[in-house]
Amino acid sequence: MNKITKQILDKVPKNAKVLDLGCGDGSLLSTLIKEKNCSGYGIDLNHDCIIDCTKKGISAFQSDMESGLDGFSDQFFDVVILSQTLQQVNKPLDLIKNMLRISKQAIVTFPNFAHWTIRFSLLFGDIPKSKALPYEWYDTPNIRVISIQSFREMCKKNKINIVEELSIYERGILNFCLAPLAPNFFCHRGMFLIEKK
Amino acid sequence: MSQASLIYNLSDPLELESGSKLNHVDISYETYGTLNKTKSNAILICHALSADAHVAQHPENKTKGWWDDLVGNGKAIDTKKYFVICSNTIGSCRGSTGPMSINKSTKKPYGLKLPVITIGDMVSAQEALLNHLNIETLFAVVGGSMGGMQALEWSIRFPSKVKRCIAIATTAKLSPQSLAFGAVGRNAITSDPEWHKGDYYAKEAPQKGLAIARMIGHITYLSEQGMLDKFGRNLQEKTDFGYDFSSDFQIESYLKYQGDKFMTFFDANAYLYLSRAMSYFDLEKKYKSLNKAFKKSESKFLILSISSDWLYPSKQSKEIVKSLMTLSKDVTYAEIDSPFGHDGFLLECKKIGKVVKPFLGN
Repeated sequence: MNKITKQILDKVPKNAKVLDLGCGDGSLLSTLIKEKNCSGYGIDLNHDCIIDCTKKGISAFQSDMESGLDGFSDQFFDVVILSQTLQQVNKPLDLIKNMLRISKQAIVTFPNFAHWTIRFSLLFGDIPKSKALPYEWYDTPNIRVISIQSFREMCKKNKINIVEELSIYERGILNFCLAPLAPNFFCHRGMFLIEKK
Repeated sequence: MSQASLIYNLSDPLELESGSKLNHVDISYETYGTLNKTKSNAILICHALSADAHVAQHPENKTKGWWDDLVGNGKAIDTKKYFVICSNTIGSCRGSTGPMSINKSTKKPYGLKLPVITIGDMVSAQEALLNHLNIETLFAVVGGSMGGMQALEWSIRFPSKVKRCIAIATTAKLSPQSLAFGAVGRNAITSDPEWHKGDYYAKEAPQKGLAIARMIGHITYLSEQGMLDKFGRNLQEKTDFGYDFSSDFQIESYLKYQGDKFMTFFDANAYLYLSRAMSYFDLEKKYKSLNKAFKKSESKFLILSISSDWLYPSKQSKEIVKSLMTLSKDVTYAEIDSPFGHDGFLLECKKIGKVVKPFLGN
């Protein structure tokens, strides 16, 4: 189980009704169902992902995320998860607001563009590539640049309550010591548990 | 031994949604595979407008079925594993009671004396057949187009009987655009001078009207891209226009071919009845809303649409899925990427099978 899955698993309550946006092959949902007795759906635009979900017995809906949320009543889900795809969304704020409409809480994770390695790449004139952001600038699904600090600011401006910040850093004694002090500098992924104020 | 369709004659009159009763109903059906001891592996397949009970070939009868690439030994709907039943819908002309059948009280074909048949009535007849076969639960009910409507109706009317419902390229109700195409098709038949208000069985049949209805139907079954890819503006066995009114373009000759072929095996009145049944199908009207319709259903749902289908577009499938999701039902939706339009539900068996097989496997 990877770090992100583990962190999400820790934060999702037992028996929760979950919506996983950009659910991929359904691994996360499958884990949540097994470990936390959750129920819910995955949404993914990729047809092969829906087939993979079906193989795992996961209910999935082939759709883009934005229109996938329409039709659900307010607070329908306990948790909506948007893992590693916020940077690919056309209107991130609209999506987050809509997520918090249909769900009591949301978990959002994204690659942190303010990680020190990325800052150094930029300093030396390169468009950064990293484990979390592996694409060339001219061939990438990522259209948004997000940092942990800027996500916090977005929440503040839009009356979104950060229940918990769970940003993730790479292994290593240096990261272990420094990441909690300056997550925006040392965490390569931002992760937030948020709700409406 | 060649496996012909079997006929089941309903012992009781069938009560129809219109309030009428239909006596002496025959249901033509075929079965594939073996029913297991616990009777838990039965799959009912519902067909679309023009098809029949012959969904796949039998070991003894190699005639190709209409869903041969999806149903059979080792196929996605595996007849080694499942006991497959497919029956001709009532109102049709392919073995089950329809307008062409002999009315036992008058000894003449029904014609328009046959009460109007609805999708719900087709399902009632299928249910009677399953009772006759002593099948109490369905492992799955599967259908495309009009067959998908029947599959949805099954999951609503018999909530605990249907374990899985697979509805492909279908809708909870026809859009006004689809209603319009249906209306023009029916008009083509009823305007044919040979139609005689449906009483033509002793005379010439309204073949021209039926062929035109089918041609219109085929336009709605293809997509713009599909037509472009398959025919373009190509001429049929000509190098230049004929400067007359015979078929110049390949698309013209394709439609003519489809119309002419249809005349040889389909009855014009049956076309009217089935087209009418589809136009009346409206789950929102019947059950007040989609959510009310599906509320009690215990089925697992797989809803599939064809990306280029504009007759029953993906949007309409998604409405069904959204309703099921808001009811917290077990539902999966996938869009089959295809240029074939509505016809994709018959032509994209490989892609459909890729989703259907694991869905049935779970």
